[in-house]
Amino acid sequence: MSSLAENPQVVDLSRSSVRDLNHALHQLRPGDELGEWHVREPGGAHAVACGLTVPVKVVVEGPTGYYAAGMNQQATVILNGNTGTGVAENMMSGFVHVKGNASQSAGATGRGGLLVIDGDAAARCGISMKGIDIVVKGSVGHMSAFMAQAGSLVVCGNAGAALGDSIYEARIFVRGKVADLGADCIPKEMGTEDRAVLADLLARAGATYPPEQFRLYGSARKLYHFHVDHLSSY
Amino acid sequence: MCGIVGLFLKTPVLEDQLGLHFARMLGRMASRGPDSAGFAIYGDPSPAGWFKATLQHPLETYDWAALGRALEAKFGPGLRFRTCSTHAVFELHAPEPAVRLFLEQAHPEVTLMSAGTRMEIMKEIGAPEAVLGRFHVAERSGSHAIGHTRMATESAVTTLGSHPFSTGLDLCLVHNGSLSNHSRIRERLRGEGIRFKTDNDSEVAAGYLTSRLRQGDTLSEALEHSLDELDGFYTFTVGTRDGFAVLRDRIACKPAVMAETDDYVAMASEYRSLAVLPGIAQADLWEPEPGIVYSYSRAA
Repeated sequence: MSSLAENPQVVDLSRSSVRDLNHALHQLRPGDELGEWHVREPGGAHAVACGLTVPVKVVVEGPTGYYAAGMNQQATVILNGNTGTGVAENMMSGFVHVKGNASQSAGATGRGGLLVIDGDAAARCGISMKGIDIVVKGSVGHMSAFMAQAGSLVVCGNAGAALGDSIYEARIFVRGKVADLGADCIPKEMGTEDRAVLADLLARAGATYPPEQFRLYGSARKLYHFHVDHLSSY
Repeated sequence: MCGIVGLFLKTPVLEDQLGLHFARMLGRMASRGPDSAGFAIYGDPSPAGWFKATLQHPLETYDWAALGRALEAKFGPGLRFRTCSTHAVFELHAPEPAVRLFLEQAHPEVTLMSAGTRMEIMKEIGAPEAVLGRFHVAERSGSHAIGHTRMATESAVTTLGSHPFSTGLDLCLVHNGSLSNHSRIRERLRGEGIRFKTDNDSEVAAGYLTSRLRQGDTLSEALEHSLDELDGFYTFTVGTRDGFAVLRDRIACKPAVMAETDDYVAMASEYRSLAVLPGIAQADLWEPEPGIVYSYSRAA
């Protein structure tokens, strides 16, 4: 706690606990002088900068563990390093930027906000996403966008097997190769609105690829209701 | 849950510090497996014709010297042994199958944890930090080590149910995950003559590898066959005489991170364990791909 008291905007996790860090961040209220927080020596710790609810900026210098920036609302969290399972899971709003690779289930169940991953994301990126936008500048692993319901997943590299399995109304844009598509996920024509969504996300993520290089995938809408002819797909 | 770690030194530079770094790695995985812990460490090889038998008895007061005399009476004089908490490592100039049979018949009170020219397996129930301390792991030298912290899901918290499981001479396995078809495969392997000491699913994975290796598979081939036959989810790390191998199932729910520098290759369930290693900031870091065997050896 001492390092928090001495300099509340720099937290060294080799001397302070994650609980202390998150507690201090949870004390911030809208209208406070929020400033910018720097977190050092995370050492792969779990749950760094979770549950933030105000538009504070938190920069984490080093590798983080599970659920970094989880349940984020409004905050900007920059992760300068690789990050573990479930980064920005269940994000409601705000911005999370991973300047490295992310493990599995990045952005899982997110309802809003933007998650940008400069490197690769492992399996199940955007699983059950419900409105979050995710831009991965590298590639994503298998089962990405599984049961994705809303929002967009932009993949500048390649996508692993079973992309978009059981997808609902999310958009998936992939620039590279897709290993194969999951049940009920199909290529779609990219319309004007889709292209505008993609261009906006690429611009906000700082990715310079032209939208024309991407292909859109979405739901064939055949699994919405039970049909005996589709039994093998359920 | 469970946590697994492996540290393989590519060069002799860090060999004196193997135990120190390995113990710190395994200690970081205590939160993933607080029930028990175990490790396999690969030290100096026994002379030609000799092998190491690592034995366990529940009581630290067990009379290992008396067992030594019994072994000498049977196999001739000159054996060496050292004790370490509930375990003892005997070095014998004798055929391993004959020693194994003698122990089973004449001394069923002790358990043969491992046999090999380099490998020693030690494991106990209790908090991982305490287990590491009991066996003085931080003071050990060697070329590589693999370890496990257990949160039991499939069978009871016992010493024998802890990992690693020996899969043959100088071979062992640690497992994070759960197998769903272990009963059926255990029965099949029993039919092949493979013997099991527990109801543990991971012991079946170890027995499966033993079976495949006996049929002539290389270690990589045996691991690749396991992808088709072992149903469940897993990250395996396998220790061999000269190296180690890592495999995740094709779904890859169970975590694994690997790191490589000029001096070592390391794997762990979480990066937190790798963070304690020297030079980690400059290491190549990656997650093993699903269904791909990663193997390392000094001989390669």
